[in-house]
Formats: sequence, C-alpha cells, structure tokens
Amino acid sequence: MTRANLILLALIACIAALPLFGEAYTLRLGTIACMYAIMALSWNVVGGFAGYPSFATAAFFGLGAYIGGVLLARGMPLTMAIPIAGIGSFLVAALLGAALLRLRGHYFAIASLSLIEVFRELVNNATDLTGGGMGLNIPLAASAGVMADATFFFYLMWGVLLVTAVMVIAVSMSKLGFGLSCIMQNETAANMVGLNTTLYKSVAFGLSACFVGAAGGVYAAWVHYIDPSDVFDILYSVKPIVMALIGGLGSPLGVTIGAFVYLGLEEVVWRNYIQIHSGVLGVLIVLLLLFLPHGLTSLRGWRLWGRAKNV
Amino acid sequence: MLAAQILINALVLGCLYACIAIGFSLVWGVLNVINLIHGSFIVLGAYLAWGLYQGLHISPWYSLAVAAPLFFVFGYVIQRLILNRVITAPVLVTLTLTFGLDLILNNAMIYYFKADYRKLTLTPPMGSVSIFDVVVPVDRLIATVAALALTFVLYLILRRLRVGRAIVAVRLDRDAAVLMGVNVNSIYAIAFGLGAALAGCAGVLMALIFPISPLTSTAYLGKAFVVCVLGGLGSVSGALAGGILLALIEGVGSAMIGPAHATTLSFVLLIVFLILRPQGLLGRKGFE
Repeated sequence: MTRANLILLALIACIAALPLFGEAYTLRLGTIACMYAIMALSWNVVGGFAGYPSFATAAFFGLGAYIGGVLLARGMPLTMAIPIAGIGSFLVAALLGAALLRLRGHYFAIASLSLIEVFRELVNNATDLTGGGMGLNIPLAASAGVMADATFFFYLMWGVLLVTAVMVIAVSMSKLGFGLSCIMQNETAANMVGLNTTLYKSVAFGLSACFVGAAGGVYAAWVHYIDPSDVFDILYSVKPIVMALIGGLGSPLGVTIGAFVYLGLEEVVWRNYIQIHSGVLGVLIVLLLLFLPHGLTSLRGWRLWGRAKNV
Repeated sequence: MLAAQILINALVLGCLYACIAIGFSLVWGVLNVINLIHGSFIVLGAYLAWGLYQGLHISPWYSLAVAAPLFFVFGYVIQRLILNRVITAPVLVTLTLTFGLDLILNNAMIYYFKADYRKLTLTPPMGSVSIFDVVVPVDRLIATVAALALTFVLYLILRRLRVGRAIVAVRLDRDAAVLMGVNVNSIYAIAFGLGAALAGCAGVLMALIFPISPLTSTAYLGKAFVVCVLGGLGSVSGALAGGILLALIEGVGSAMIGPAHATTLSFVLLIVFLILRPQGLLGRKGFE
C-alpha cells in the first residue's frame, strides 16, 4: 500500500473522533463531509482511474435515496435498506454501464447527464411508489434525542465512507485498477491485448454507483424527507468533479482532501451569501479551472524560492 | 382530425426546437464544447424581449434585431476571455467550466428578476387561425416562421459568407484550416458569438409562447441536447430534422401514454440514439 493511501485511511480514522468534540452542527458538517468524500472517491473510480467524464453521480445518489427511502417507508429496518440501496445501484449501474460506456468523450458526458433526467422523471411519474413530486416522507426511527441521532447518522455515513475508501484502495492495487488505467491511456490498445474492456468498465461504473447509492440511502434516512428535484440535483454530479479537480484527478487522498476543502468553501459561501451562493460557487468553479488546472497541487509552482524549473 | 392537429403542432413546435438547438449544435460542432450556458442565454433573451416590450413597448419582432448583436458581443467576449483558455482541455474541464458560467448567469437572473414566472402578453392578442378543425395560434405561427428564417440566415452565413465557410472549414478539419491561414481562435469566438446570438433570438421567440423564468433554462438545454443527438451535430438540416422529430415524438407520446411521460420518452430516446446511432439522423459516420 502506498503512503498516500495509508494517509487516507489515517485521515478517515481521525474523522471518527469528531463526536468527541462536536455539537450537533459539527456533526452535521461531518456527516456531509463524509457524504461528499464518498461521492468524490466513487466518482474517482470511473472519472479518475478510467478517465470517463461521468456526470451520473446524482442519478445513482437519487436512485439509492429512493430505493432506501421507499424500503424504509415500507417498514424495512435500516440495516437491510442501506445495503439493498447500494447493491441495487450497483446492478443498475453495471447494466447501464455495459451500454453507455461504449460512448466516449462528449457523447458519454451527455448520456450520463441525461440519465439524471430519466431517473428523475421516472420517479416523478411513479407517484404510487415514490409520492412523485410531493416527495417521500421517511418515518422517524425511535429517537434517543437530537445528539444521539446526529451521532448515529454520522457514524453510519462514516462507515460507508470507510468501506468506500477501502474499496477504492483495493481497486487501485488490483488488476482491475491496472486495467482501468490501461483503458484511460489507450482503450483500443487495451482491448487489443486481450483486456475485457466492457467488463472492466461496467464493474468500475457499478462500483462508482454502489456506495453513492448507499450514501443516498443513508441521506434519505437522515433527512427523513426526499423529493425528486432535491436528490436528483445535477449539482451532486458536478460537485464530485469539482472536488476531484481541487484535489487532483486520480489520487484517492487528493479527491478526499478536495471534498473537505470544497465543503469548507461551500459552507463559508452558504453562511455569508445565501442569495447568491450558486453564483459564487460558479465563480469558484471558473477560477479553479482557469488558474489551478491541476488542483491544489499546482500551488507548488508558486514558491518564489527553490530551483528554477527547466522549461 | 386529432392526428392532423398533432402533426401541425409538431411541425410548429419542431421549428422552435430547431431554433433552440441550432446555436448549441454550432458551438458543439465547431468548438467541441458542450455549452451548458445555452439554456440561460435563451432565458436571458426572453427577459430582454419582455423588458423591451414592458418598458419601451418595442414589439418582440424588433427585439430580435436588438438581441442578435447584443448576444453576439456577449458570447464573443465570454469565449475570448474565459472559454478560450481551456479550449484544448478534455471534455470534463470545458463542460464543468460552462456549468460554472451557467451557475453565475442563472443566479444573476434569479437575483434580478426573481424566480417568478412571467409572461409576455401582446396587446391586443393575435388570436388564432383554424383551417378545417386544425387550430394554430397566430403568434405561435409567426414565431415559427421567424425561427425558420433565423435557421435559414445561419445556413446562408455558413454557405455564402467568407467567415461562414471558415467556420465550416474549422469544423471539418481544424488543422487543415490552420494551414490554410484561418485564424482558429477568432473563428472559435465568432462561432460562439453566433451560437449566443441564436440563443438570444430563440429566447425572444420563446417569450411569446412560453412563460419566462430562470428556472426554465434547464428544460431548454435538455431540448437542445436531444435535438442535437437526434439530428446529428453541427448541421443546420440536422437540427431541423431533429427538432421536428422530437416534437413529433413528444406529441404522439403525449397522446398515447400521457404528457407526464413525454420528457422521459425523449431522454430515453436520446440514450438509445447515442448508443445505436451516435452520428444522428443526418450525420455522417466517423465525422466528429
């Protein structure tokens, strides 16, 4: 295991200590931080390792939220609903991936964006099952108080994050990860030397959806109310990309740090500029892409001292 | 008679869809950028028409002449100052950048105009014509003719003018165009400006027919996606074919399985088309 991956696990272990210090607000932030890190890490499997510009994160987040939400509303216990949300997302994504991942570049981006619309409209129209545009209420579990609830959902999200991180590290060290980086560099060549690229890509797409779906399920249980325009928000697709771009594409540690940095920025913007928060977010995205194309790592070059670079 | 009405509605709506999509298609084809600001440009154009009509009583038909140069300059500047810096970057970067720009523009519109739905109502209203039992509102009919005219103007620009031929040349083969002495950066900016101008004009026409709100921008963008993929990228005739096909599918789909499923149907079709025929109806294979 590389040093960066060890640091990642250590970082996640440190986050687990958060309830020792925090009040409810800190726990809420911590839960969202874990959720964002799950999204960024998952996106990294298909976007960073395989190099496919996927905008489908929101589609599977929403799918998982609705699978989890509907099951919870029907009285299924949390311990079963969340895994089913994850596995369901995995299967749907792997099947869709086999077809969609034949597309490349712009066409794949458009198709994955459209996936959000399709899922949202389907959920919107399946009123009997999902409540449609009125949203879905998820009954409160027997509550032991505000702090106990907050702590419980924080650890639930944290647990999903831990599993996600272990999965991503395992992928990066395995034959699958090697295959994905071959696909990123030259897919045709990878296919020629006998790599089953369709299978690899489908599994990667499925894995990138699986934990996002589980996180969606946890989110639904946590906030007790979801509606289609909330969970199928295209921002959930763009945020992980921004996080990955902040931290540096492809590195699990980088994207996790990117997720935390992004959450910090978002929170500051939300607190101070509620009316124009999405505009400020847009400015941040534009500035990031124009001036820090390699994320925070591009700041290294700004040191005034040190050796001159050979151009 | 119902069938005839659906057909006429589809033709009318299809020309408007083509008008929405054509600027998007031009930018995608020439710059190889998926321009997510397109929807907000259209809404901004609609607000321009609304503002001019409410404030100065300028008829939307004249607003077209105001919108076109204004949006051209707007698009030209955005491309030159911002987009051009990342134009060679992978799709992930360009798409995310235009998403960021869209957030800014859309938020600005929500801030200034609020998210209320408004409507540009002409006084006196123009009524409707009916031939046999087929009814078409007159304003919609005129908007359709204007949309067709705009599409035709773009066709003429691309075919007849020197700059238009340069745009087509860059689209077909960028490197060869550079070797022939075409200034690609300037062509990129002009094409993006044209795309923005077409979006602005489309917005003026949409103001006559649909309610105006910053929240509708994603719906316009979605239509542009589908039309582009159905018809094939970057060609004027492709956008027309795609627009009419989309309107037909939506019309027939609404009549058969209910209007709630029409949008789902169009996006499912988009994905099916992408997988089976990514070059679109009129596109040529291997021609990206």
